[in-house]
Amino acid sequence: MNILVCIKQVPDTETKVTIADDGKSIDEADVNFVLNPYDEFGVEEALQLKEAAGGEVTVLSVGPESATSAMRTALAMGADKGIRLNAEEVRLKDSFSIASALADAIQSLEYDVIFCGKKAVDGDNHQVGPMLATMLDLPCVSTVTSLKFNGTAFTASRDVEGGKETYTGELPALFTADKGLNEPRYAALKGIMQAKKKPIDVSDAEFPAEDSLVVESMEMPPESPPGKIVGESADAVPELVRLLKEEAKVL
Amino acid sequence: MAEGILVFAEQRNGHLMKAAQEVLTAGHTLAEESGTGMAAVVIGPGADSLTDDIARYGASDVYIADGDAFANYSGLAYAEAVRAAAAEVDPGVILFAADSMGQDLAPVVAAKLQVGNGSDVTEVHYTDGSVTAKRPVYAGKSFVNIAFKKSPAVLTIRPNTYPPAENPADATVQNLDVAPSENALRVKATFEESESERPELTEAERIVSGGRGVGSPEDFEIIEKLADALGAAVGASRAVTDAGWRPYSEQVGQTGKTVSPALYVACGISGAIQHLAGMRSSKVIVAINKDPEAPIFKVADYGIVADLFEAIPRFIEALENQG
Repeated sequence: MNILVCIKQVPDTETKVTIADDGKSIDEADVNFVLNPYDEFGVEEALQLKEAAGGEVTVLSVGPESATSAMRTALAMGADKGIRLNAEEVRLKDSFSIASALADAIQSLEYDVIFCGKKAVDGDNHQVGPMLATMLDLPCVSTVTSLKFNGTAFTASRDVEGGKETYTGELPALFTADKGLNEPRYAALKGIMQAKKKPIDVSDAEFPAEDSLVVESMEMPPESPPGKIVGESADAVPELVRLLKEEAKVL
Repeated sequence: MAEGILVFAEQRNGHLMKAAQEVLTAGHTLAEESGTGMAAVVIGPGADSLTDDIARYGASDVYIADGDAFANYSGLAYAEAVRAAAAEVDPGVILFAADSMGQDLAPVVAAKLQVGNGSDVTEVHYTDGSVTAKRPVYAGKSFVNIAFKKSPAVLTIRPNTYPPAENPADATVQNLDVAPSENALRVKATFEESESERPELTEAERIVSGGRGVGSPEDFEIIEKLADALGAAVGASRAVTDAGWRPYSEQVGQTGKTVSPALYVACGISGAIQHLAGMRSSKVIVAINKDPEAPIFKVADYGIVADLFEAIPRFIEALENQG
């Protein structure tokens, strides 16, 4: 089975955001970059599928050379090879452009299944997976928390407001992974050593001529006024309830 | 020239979702601002019973797509119905809710129309034909102001940002003649209702969350009791879901749900930066924690430095006393 996983390198979730001099991106000076957490679930699911059904796992990423380290993480987990679509500025680039570049590259590949993370934790767009599936005319199940294969048949479920949706269908298909789908493995030392030798092909990302939307500026969330400590024991609870009712008016 | 607003009015079993009322309210605001009008598209069984509900929120044209093909949700099939409505309306803006269905459907519609999609938008403007919006990135650690370069602009609106407001209109109702391709119906959803009576995290007006300070999965009962006393949803920190005490669907934070309720009560949560990112846009934050140095107190509007097992029973008692 040919399994593709689309991944992105992102600032880790402990990152403290400060705005860069350009006024529309974050200062990346002291930022630690990692494989997007939701993409890890995609990589893990791909590896489990390969272990069960055989085949090859290819990871694709649109990004600059520095994004190679996230690809090496996926290769160290067990993916077989990488394809990097070179582009300098992708951090908050519009999803339509990113999905177009991926679709352009994937059209010439053989694949049975594609995994994406449900979103990248930098842009929080939730879009690349469904857009890519639409461009490739594939069925898409997004934010999947359970996935089972029986040959080329699949059953996928996801949490929605007030319950759960279950989808059945046949590959090829695209899935976006949510937390809870699996427990991503840690890369063993042997995997890390092997990853250094695995191939990563590089070609230029083919974007549409014009971005579909652009970031004009970035701002910090409004400062909330300093809070108050209502008390230092459970005896303060009645006063808290009074404040919530009379001052904050939320009860 | 494309102008005006088209809203996807999400419904389930003939019930207009609260998120849809909010999106219609956002759409009405935009229609007023731009001096245009608002149409809505409603899809699936029971859609035709909702035209009055939808008109109450200001839609002057309601397009209905019903029939067997739409009995179960399918992103590709629903996208064909939204496109059929868009072909009638020729809108400058198409709005969805930033919920499970909206976030699945909007990017499909945007990709089909070859335009951009702004996600989880907290503010949107439409003047002189151009669309701009504000939306959180890095789970709300910062916000970006975006401008759309292609028309129509497709947006999903974050729940709890446009409180539903009625603006009754006389609506013209039209049935869409749309038959999704077999291709679009390859995969569709069956829905299974959850047994929980509690509100959904992302839609809840009130949330009670527990962290590592709760101590054990069994002790989480005290969080549930307070949640039920407040009519609130139950949330959890990453430490708690990673430990398997609670399901991932309850996690609030950068790798969980981003929430903005009117009241967020954090119990035994220290306040890691990735947790704060997911809940700091809550209108009122209460923190109960026995560690006075916990970072959660820096974002809390009201804090109580106390053992949650002593404070929460008093909280429940006080709520019961006020009737």
